[in-house]
Amino acid sequence: MTTSVRNIGLFIFVACLIAGTGFIQSWNTALFILNMGLISAIMSLGVNLQWGFAGLFNVGVVGFVALGGLAAVLVSMPPTKDAWAAGGAQVLLGLLLGAATITAAILCQTKMAPGRNKTFSTVGVLVIGFFVFRYVFDGGVEAVEAVNPAGTGYLGGLNFGGVNYKSWGFMTVISWPIGGVLAASVAYLIGKTALGLRSDYLAIATLGISEIIIAVMKNEDWLARGVKNVSGLPRPVPYEIDLQESAGFLDWVSSFGGDPVTTSSIVVKLGYAGLFAFVLVIILTLAQLALASPWGRMMRAIRDNEYAAGAMGKNITARHLQVFILGSAICGVAGAMMTTLDSQLTPGSYQPLRFTFLIWVMVIVGGSGNNFGSVLGGFLIFFLWVQVEPFGAMLMQGITAGMAEDNALRIHLIDSVAHMRLLTMGLILILVLRFAPRGLIPEK
Amino acid sequence: MLDILNSIVVLSNYVLIPAITYGSQLALGALGVTLIYGILRFSNFAHGDTMAFGAMVTILFTWLFQSWGITLGPLPTALLGIPFGILATAALLLLIDKFVYQFYRRQKAAPVILVIVSMGVMFVLNGLVRIIIGPNEQRFSDGERFIISAKEFKLLTGLKEGLAFKTTQGITIITAIILVVALFWFLNRTRTGKSMRAFSDNEDLALLSGINPDKVVMVTWIIVAALAATAGALYGLDKSFKPFIFLQLLLPIFAAAIVGGLGNPIGAIAGGFVIAFSEVVITYPLKKVLKYLMPENLEPTGLVQLLSTDYKFAVSFTILLIVLLFRPTGLFKGKSI
Repeated sequence: MTTSVRNIGLFIFVACLIAGTGFIQSWNTALFILNMGLISAIMSLGVNLQWGFAGLFNVGVVGFVALGGLAAVLVSMPPTKDAWAAGGAQVLLGLLLGAATITAAILCQTKMAPGRNKTFSTVGVLVIGFFVFRYVFDGGVEAVEAVNPAGTGYLGGLNFGGVNYKSWGFMTVISWPIGGVLAASVAYLIGKTALGLRSDYLAIATLGISEIIIAVMKNEDWLARGVKNVSGLPRPVPYEIDLQESAGFLDWVSSFGGDPVTTSSIVVKLGYAGLFAFVLVIILTLAQLALASPWGRMMRAIRDNEYAAGAMGKNITARHLQVFILGSAICGVAGAMMTTLDSQLTPGSYQPLRFTFLIWVMVIVGGSGNNFGSVLGGFLIFFLWVQVEPFGAMLMQGITAGMAEDNALRIHLIDSVAHMRLLTMGLILILVLRFAPRGLIPEK
Repeated sequence: MLDILNSIVVLSNYVLIPAITYGSQLALGALGVTLIYGILRFSNFAHGDTMAFGAMVTILFTWLFQSWGITLGPLPTALLGIPFGILATAALLLLIDKFVYQFYRRQKAAPVILVIVSMGVMFVLNGLVRIIIGPNEQRFSDGERFIISAKEFKLLTGLKEGLAFKTTQGITIITAIILVVALFWFLNRTRTGKSMRAFSDNEDLALLSGINPDKVVMVTWIIVAALAATAGALYGLDKSFKPFIFLQLLLPIFAAAIVGGLGNPIGAIAGGFVIAFSEVVITYPLKKVLKYLMPENLEPTGLVQLLSTDYKFAVSFTILLIVLLFRPTGLFKGKSI
C-alpha cells in the first residue's frame, strides 16, 4: 500500500508546515491557518463534488459562500424590533409581490397557448409587477433603513435571546445548515436554467449569479447593513475576556506557567477548530460514502460519458442539478462557518479571486475527484496563500539586496510583494495542470 | 417642439452617447472572446486581464511620451501608446500560447480544461499587472477634454439642456469603427482571414485543404491582442484605469459574446451594444427625459430609475439568462456544441 503511505505522508507534511508556522512565527497564525484551512477544505469538498464527481464547472463559489455568511447574520443576530414595526411587514409584502410577479410570468409563459397574446401578457405581468413591487418594497426599505442607521438600520435576525443574545452562541451553529439551505435554493434556481446547456454557459451563469449575490449584499442595507457590515455576531465558543476573568481558567494556565492572554486566544481558536473539524469529518464521511455508493458510480459514469449514461436511462440533467445543489450547499455551510469565525459579515471582502478561483486551485492541486485530495489541497493552498507574502518579501529583499536603499525599483518591488500571491497561485495552477494534472492525491 | 428637442438632447447626453461608447468597448472585448472561442474553442477567462495588461503597457508608454514632452495636441497622448500596448500584448499572448495553451491543443484536451488553464493565466496576469503598476486608479488622459461641452452646446443651440461630447468618447467610437472595419476586411478579403474562417467552421476540412493551423492560431492571438489592448486602453481612457475593474468587465463581455452568438463576430458587436444600451437605460433615472415628454400633470414624481447603478451586472446577467432560455445559440447563430 505505497499510495496510502504516500498520502498519509502528504497530510503529515502539511501538518508539519502548519506546526512549523506555530513554532517559527506564532501559534495564533498557525491556528488561523488551521481554522481557515478547515473551512477551505469544506469548500473544496463542495467544489470537488461538482467538478470531481460530475464535471460541472462552477465559478460562482464566492456567491454561495456569501449566502452562507448572510445566513449566519440572519439567524444569529437579534431582530431589530423598531425596524420590524416600521417597515418589516411592508418589505416582506414587497418581496412576496416580487415573487408572485415572477411566478405569474412563468405561468403565462408555460400555460398559455403560443402566440402574440402570450408574449404581451408575460411582458405586461412583468412590467406592472415590477412597478408595484418597487412601490411597496421601496417604501418599506426606506422605513427600515431610517431606524437608527448608525447602529442597526436593518431587520436583524432570528436570535430571540433578547439583551442576552450574545450568550445564545449556539444560534450561529444552527445557522450553518441554514446557510447550506439558502445556498442550495439559489443553486436550484441557477441550475434549473443553466444546466443542460454547454459547460461554458454554466460557468458564465454562475459567475453572473455570484456577482449579483455580492451586489445585493453590498447594497441592500435593510437585509444585512450592506457595506456598513454587521459585526459582533454571537460566538459558539467562550470569549477571551470571559476566560481571562474566570478563576478556573487562570488556575489552569498558571499550573503550566502560561500567559493568560495568549492562552485564552489559543483556547478560543482551538474551540473553533474542534467545531470545524467535526463538521469537516461529517461532510468528508458523507462524501466518501457517496463516492463509493451506486450513486457515486453513476455520477462518474455520467461525467466520463454523458451519452453512454443517458443511453443507460440515466436522467443526466436531473443528476447534474442534484449534485450542483449539494455542492453549492456545502459551500454555503462553509461560508456560514467562516462568518462565525470572523464574528462579522463584510460583504466587501467577498472577492472572486480570493474565493472562487482560490478554491479551484485547491481542488485541482489536491486532486480532482478525490475527497482526501480536496481536503489536502484546502490546507496546503491556504497555507501558501498566507505564507507567500512573507516568503515573497524575503525573496524580494534577496533580489534587491544589491541595490541602494532608496532605489525606486527596489522600493516598488518590495511594495508590490502583496500581489505575489495571485501570481504564485496562478503559476501553481498552471504547473500542476501541465505536469501533474491528476493532482497530489489522484482519483482511484 | 422645444420640449421634444430638449428631451432628445438629455437622452443623447446621458444615455445614447455613453451607451454607444460603452457598447464599442464591450464590442471590442467581446470580439476578442468570440474569436478565441471560434478558433481555439474555449472561453478565455483571462481576457479581462489581457485587456488590463494592454491598457497598462499603453499607460506606461503614455507616461514616457508625456515625460519626453511628446503630445498629440488636442488628442490624448495615449493614442501614441496604444500601438506599443498592442505589440506588448501580442508578444505576451504568443508567449503564453507557446508555453501554456499549445501543449493542451496538441493533446486535444477537453475545452473545459483549457478554461481552467485560462483561469490560471488570469491569476498570473492579474498579479503581474498589480505588481507592475500597482492596484490603484491611474489617470493618463490629456489633451482637450471635450469635443463639445454642455455650455458651448447651449450657447450654440439656445436649448435649455446641454450636450457634452467628450474627446475620449469620440475617440473610442471612431477607433472601434476603424478596428471593426479592418477586422472584417481582413476576415473576408485576405487569404489568411479566409483560412481563419475556414478553420473556425470546420477544423478537419481546413486542415485537409492544407491550412497551416499554427499560422491561424498565431494570427488569431495577434488580432486578439490588438482588440484587447485597444479595448482596455479605451476603457481606461474613457473611465479610469483600475486593475480589478477588468475582472468585473468579464461578465458583460461574455454576456455580449453569448447574446450575439459565441464564435460569431457580427454577433459580438451586436451583443456588445445590446448589453451596453440595456445597462445604461435601465440604470439611468429617466425622469429628466420624461419631464419634457409627458404633460405637466402626469410628470413622474420619482426618479424613474428602474434599477440602481450598483445592479448593472444584474442587467447583463438577466439578458444573458433570457437569451440562454429562449435562444441558446444567441441572436445571430453562433456555435452550440
